[in-house]
Amino acid sequence: MTPDEVRPLLKVEGLSKSYGGRVGCAAVSFDLYPGEVMGIVGESGSGKSTLLNCLAGHLPPDAGAVMFDTRADGMRDTVTMSEPERRMLGRTDWAFVHQHARDGLRMNVSAGGNVGERLMAVGARHYGDIRGQAIDWLGRVEIAADRIDDRPHQFSGGMQQRLQIARNLVTGPRLVFMDEPTGGLDVSVQARLLDLMRGLVREMGLSAVIVTHDLAVVRLLAHRLMVMKDGYVVETGLTDQVLDDPQHAYTQLLVSSVLQV
Amino acid sequence: MIAVENLAKRFVLRNQGGAVIPVMEGASLSVAPGECVALVGASGVGKSTLMRMIYGNYTAQAGRIMVGDVDVACAPPRAILELRRHTLGYVSQFLRVVPRVPTVEVVAEPLLALGVDDGTARARARDLLARLNIPERLWPLSPTTFSGGEQQRVNLARGFAHDYPALLLDEPTASLDATNRAVVLDLIRDAKGRGAAILGIFHDAAARAQVCDREVDVSAFAPEVAA
Repeated sequence: MTPDEVRPLLKVEGLSKSYGGRVGCAAVSFDLYPGEVMGIVGESGSGKSTLLNCLAGHLPPDAGAVMFDTRADGMRDTVTMSEPERRMLGRTDWAFVHQHARDGLRMNVSAGGNVGERLMAVGARHYGDIRGQAIDWLGRVEIAADRIDDRPHQFSGGMQQRLQIARNLVTGPRLVFMDEPTGGLDVSVQARLLDLMRGLVREMGLSAVIVTHDLAVVRLLAHRLMVMKDGYVVETGLTDQVLDDPQHAYTQLLVSSVLQV
Repeated sequence: MIAVENLAKRFVLRNQGGAVIPVMEGASLSVAPGECVALVGASGVGKSTLMRMIYGNYTAQAGRIMVGDVDVACAPPRAILELRRHTLGYVSQFLRVVPRVPTVEVVAEPLLALGVDDGTARARARDLLARLNIPERLWPLSPTTFSGGEQQRVNLARGFAHDYPALLLDEPTASLDATNRAVVLDLIRDAKGRGAAILGIFHDAAARAQVCDREVDVSAFAPEVAA
């Protein structure tokens, strides 16, 4: 199949959001294709989280469209679709991995329950099947089966983050939004999580939009990169090209400011 | 297979007074299938820069870079990624991997990305690692703690895992002993034999003489220094 025959999974056009007079993100447009990982980098306050939340339907944008290639009806603008439709999308084809695992998990429900709940939300009813799938997914994110009945607050930060990923991916979404997925984790845990996410992208053909301020993470994970400053996308391109031959003053500053280990 | 025409490159340092550093002008070369062409010239003349531009790692300010039917100088990122998966391989001087991933998986990854099944990809990876004399006890370990020469050989194994029709090699024989140097030269000959177009940088003149059909002097593409 040549690249031209594949349709984009997500098509973002002129997305803008401001808070009063202040720009959150402005005139952001891009296409994301199946199997592609897009990284969004920028310093705190650059608008990358606002953009991610507008894309995922958590924040209503002031202008613009977020077109998604739905299974049933093809390209649909998720900004103008009804709230129940958008929520259904959030439970099925979309997933959102929060920076803080506790925002994406139910802390008073067992690990197995956290994974099973997503399955039940899309109609799974057979207890044995649900538990079986939960164990399978806990294994894929390297959580031992004998921890299935433990609650997330008994887990380390890295395990919580892996549980959140299992909970999100168990329903086989096609698009995953991630907000600083490796933020606040030990570097050893980060490496394991990065390897896990790369494998999942490759094996499941997932597409992902990943917001981070860690350039090393995007180099290893993202195919393409967008650099944001003050709400605007100032540079975009192949990840390694943007990092190794940055064109915009801000990107040059960002890349040259990374501390060498 | 690889055709570069009138390529120009300059770096603009926007945070250092907008200093403009022209590094290349009017670069042209071509590599046919089954041919190995060496880039030569003094250190700093732009051999690696030219190679990185062909890989799409550096932008070009002017000119064309045809690899197969894709113009890397103006192709969208997606087309370049597709080209890199199927057609264009690149062995850089440095190994860059996710920490803690076993060596055998690092080498198998280009094949897995192409959809080759796990067993076949790993078998091919093991063959190459054995051929490049990486001890079997190291295969399950991450290459991040390996010696420079071992990392270079892992990088080569990874670069030769898939039979790319076009291959860029940046100092493939640097930091290798005589035995492994001979193995790498054999791999290059094999690749040529199956019709790969290879562009390489070899400081080692003897190695160059053994596998390269032609040389291109990159200093000829140095821009005129204005006043």
